[in-house]
Amino acid sequence: MSIKEYRTAIEARGGLLVVKDTAGIAFGDRVQIKDHAGNTRNGQVIRSADNEVLILVFEGTDDLDLENTWVRFLDEPVEIALSPEILGREFNGLGEPRDGRPPVLSNIRRPVGGSAINPAARTYPREFIQTGISTIDGLNSLVRGQKLPIFSGSGLPHNRLAAQIGRQAKLVDQESSFSVVFAAMGVSYADAKFFRDEFASSGVLRNVVMFINLADDPPVERLTLPRTALTAAEYLAYDLDRHVLVILTDMTNYAEALREVATAKGDVPARKGYPGYLYSDLAEIYERCGRIHNRHGSITMMPVVSMPSDDITHPIPDLTGYITEGQIVLSRELHNQGIYPPVHISPSLSRLMKDGIGKDDTREDHPRVAGQIYALYARAQETRNLASIIGADELSERDRRYLTFADAFDERFVGQGEAEDRSIEATLNLAWELMSMFPRDMLTRVKETDLAKYYQGTD
Amino acid sequence: MSETKRTGVIRDINGPIVTVELPGVRSGEQVKIGNLGLFGEVISLRGQLAVVQTYESTDGVRPGEPAQGLGWPLSVELGPGLMGGIFDGVQRPLEKIALESGDYIRRGISVPALDRAREWEFEPNRELSPGGKVGPGVVLGVVQETTTVLHRIMVPPGVEGELLEVAPAGAYDIESTIARVRDPRGISHRLSMYQRWPVRKPRPYLRRDDGISPLITGQRVIDTFFPQLKGGKGAVPGPFGAGKTVVQQQIARWSNADIVIYVGCGERGNELVDVLESFPELDDPYTGRKLMERTLLVANTSNMPVVAREASVYVGITMAEYYRDMGYDVVMLADSTSRWAEALREVSGRLGQMPVEEGYPAYLASRLAAVYERAGRVETYAAGSGSVTLIGAVSPPGGDFSEPVTSHTKDIIETFWALSKELADARHYPSIDWVTSFSKHVQTAAQWWHKEIDPDWEKRRTAALALLARDAELSRIVNLVGPEALSDAQRWELEGASLIKEGVLQQSALDEIDTFCSPQKQYALLDLAITIYKRGAALIKLGVPVSELQHLPLMAKMRRLKSMYSSEQLDQVFAFRAEVDHAMESVRIEYAKSDQHEHNA
Ligand SMILES: Nc1ncnc2c1ncn2[C@@H]1O[C@H](COP(=O)(O)OP(=O)(O)O)[C@@H](O)[C@H]1O
Ligand SMILES: [Mg+2]
Repeated sequence: MSIKEYRTAIEARGGLLVVKDTAGIAFGDRVQIKDHAGNTRNGQVIRSADNEVLILVFEGTDDLDLENTWVRFLDEPVEIALSPEILGREFNGLGEPRDGRPPVLSNIRRPVGGSAINPAARTYPREFIQTGISTIDGLNSLVRGQKLPIFSGSGLPHNRLAAQIGRQAKLVDQESSFSVVFAAMGVSYADAKFFRDEFASSGVLRNVVMFINLADDPPVERLTLPRTALTAAEYLAYDLDRHVLVILTDMTNYAEALREVATAKGDVPARKGYPGYLYSDLAEIYERCGRIHNRHGSITMMPVVSMPSDDITHPIPDLTGYITEGQIVLSRELHNQGIYPPVHISPSLSRLMKDGIGKDDTREDHPRVAGQIYALYARAQETRNLASIIGADELSERDRRYLTFADAFDERFVGQGEAEDRSIEATLNLAWELMSMFPRDMLTRVKETDLAKYYQGTD
Repeated sequence: MSETKRTGVIRDINGPIVTVELPGVRSGEQVKIGNLGLFGEVISLRGQLAVVQTYESTDGVRPGEPAQGLGWPLSVELGPGLMGGIFDGVQRPLEKIALESGDYIRRGISVPALDRAREWEFEPNRELSPGGKVGPGVVLGVVQETTTVLHRIMVPPGVEGELLEVAPAGAYDIESTIARVRDPRGISHRLSMYQRWPVRKPRPYLRRDDGISPLITGQRVIDTFFPQLKGGKGAVPGPFGAGKTVVQQQIARWSNADIVIYVGCGERGNELVDVLESFPELDDPYTGRKLMERTLLVANTSNMPVVAREASVYVGITMAEYYRDMGYDVVMLADSTSRWAEALREVSGRLGQMPVEEGYPAYLASRLAAVYERAGRVETYAAGSGSVTLIGAVSPPGGDFSEPVTSHTKDIIETFWALSKELADARHYPSIDWVTSFSKHVQTAAQWWHKEIDPDWEKRRTAALALLARDAELSRIVNLVGPEALSDAQRWELEGASLIKEGVLQQSALDEIDTFCSPQKQYALLDLAITIYKRGAALIKLGVPVSELQHLPLMAKMRRLKSMYSSEQLDQVFAFRAEVDHAMESVRIEYAKSDQHEHNA
């Protein structure tokens, strides 16, 4: 096959373009569209019939004059060029430079769509990453190759937290840090600048690749952006043996772009207007991270998902939580109390924690300490609710202890400085200090031997 | 269906749905698509045109490329070599594929499920002799598939007649002829050690029987409170993170089934790796052998093509029925049936079918029921009784149990283990909610427990549930008027419920000791918790203040007991009973003394 050009576009709406009288166009192929003004747009074939194709136009279909639109089918999939030179650079969702520098030249080109990792080729992720953040390291530990999103809301400091993790993340006793692939979809100029400055000031910029689509850039481009970014991450991890941390922000903007296109296509909606395939679509992105047999590098992923109206049951956080290996949930209430990072531990979870912590990885008491803190905090939350109904004075002596614990916990364990990098040892010791506010016989989630070794109370 | 191959041409590619012009092709027939030779299945016909759902991504496929009808429906290979393996949603062996195509699955790759080169030691059935009559299900001989699984080589359904010969003992590959049968029409059938079966068609059996014995899972909240039977059907619904996968994996690990089939349907790749890496290391508590020897995995992870996801459940259940036909008790776990239903929805949406609720097609409920209907305990043709227990995880959007998949499933199944986000958030695992969960098998299970473990089982179970119900009631009062309003006796009820929750219901899958709990230990813990409560209640009646009891060291020990002593250390658990008696008695004497003292003063 070869490149073919047509001037037979017959319909344009919502980012979609229909071209007729085509022949033998491959599904998924890359398209270039030249509009009446001579500007080039990019697209991809998303349905191909005998004599008609449907194209998704990444820059959108606004202002297309169909009579004067030239459509070229490039006879290749949507790909990006990859070389070690991508580090330190900034691209758009199609892998085109955004930093005013020339395009990357390389004969390594990879389709951005990726393909499914054979589950039999995966290795279970189990290497503990110390992020320096107590609520994560102590209670919801992250391991290399994990996908752990931050569930947030508008105005909450998810970007600051993601940046702090990007800065501090390391394996215990190791200096080697991560290469960062930063993928921004529909973010504000200010947010993009925040990350750029952040990477620059911490001196990691030459270890970072940025893929950026701003809030006023074409929304359809958001659909390829995470795929392009992950293709770069796979190259860094599996060709260059690096450990890569991928930060995706904000997946809500991605999903909204998907809904827009799905609606234009007339796809049957499932919930809140999102198409039924949103789950599989998100999974294609999230499941690209992990550990693979006999590969030195790894991909760890931290997507940011802002929950519309702070609603965790909204389809985007909901489906994300069904795919990712846990979630870190931020709370507006804690944020309003001035606590940073405002991690609400109750709904937060790390599913891969179990194999990354304990005797040989962090400390032998770690799993039980986490369980105990959770149990105490859950009870403390109930007590807080009770106190708000009947008043703290009506509480029993025992219950009041829970209140004191909860306050100290929020303030000292959850709260920490934006530059504070706590070791896991420090985190666990702090947990024991707080747990020791209770008599021994109330700490039944830990072993007697743990109590003998770490308990600091008088009882 | 005839075996002639038909060829045609591709007309339209709409994601996984491809329209081909392929005259004469049948509905359900397997089709090879395009130059890459992607596999698919005809799902509807209109004139010369057939709509095909493909099991692989159609990127790069063009209209005008060829299509070929293969003449048979989606089928699986059934024979020795399945156990211990991992297969994709259309039964391709993933470990072999990794050897051939690397870390990513190359499209169009075609590797048979069963190894053609491997030889198996075949031991013929000595009871058979040439000239005798044989029919479907008759065991021709056996192969030791793994150290735990004796694979019975059976006459496939549809073959009946005079046995002409059976191969002598020896090593054969799966394609060698191990028997010949002449049917009444005089046609001779060459039988090898494997057979094919179309996955969408249930395998036949003699008759259906009721379940009689509980499936012991080693999980207290399941076995003791919401029991499942061998041959039963159950569901585990719950929001993300509530513990569906862990429940399923625990059953895969510790249940007293002969065969476990774990279908990862639209879920995480790492969860399958977890099983693949850990099961070869874990010992089956019943046979002492490695768990992987009785386990097989079917994997269509969430990033794998969605159409094969729909197929994966049928592929799994067909293999389950096959081992059932050998007379085994098989457990199939499907994580998650919601993803299977979503695959149905996606295909129906692409076909432009009318959605009824949340985008699902009208046939959702009947398809779900038909899948679950393939579970059950049956009388097999020739291997006695066998069963398939089917347990499906359900992933309701937003944790809303009123959504279509959960609500239809609830009408079909017999055990419902409802997971609660509140419990999971408090790290109360398994987060099976004792109020909304149910089992229709308590009466049947009770017969087993009373006979095998203790005649008081049902009484204890009821007492525990009553205490939990009181707990809910009293907590409502506390929330209205505060804890001070409760009497000592009521406070002790709360304490008793908390012993049940923490000492019996909570069970960490990650705790080396407590991950499995034998029925004996389950009963011992339940009995102890109830005993402590009852003894304490009696003391409170005498006037002992509740605070005297709350801080007794035995209260903390009761909560820790489950992970202090394993199922093999039951004597230690029983010894604690003596401690309880002693401690309670001391309180009584102590109190009687001080009481007397007051009287005298
Ligand atoms: N029985 C259990 N014991 C210990 N931890 C559990 C148990 N059940 C669930 N968990 C914890 O909850 C997490 C989520 O459970 P999982 O089964 O993956 O949830 P789901 O499949 O419902 O999303 C697990 O990674 C584990 O940390
Ligand atoms: Mg799960």
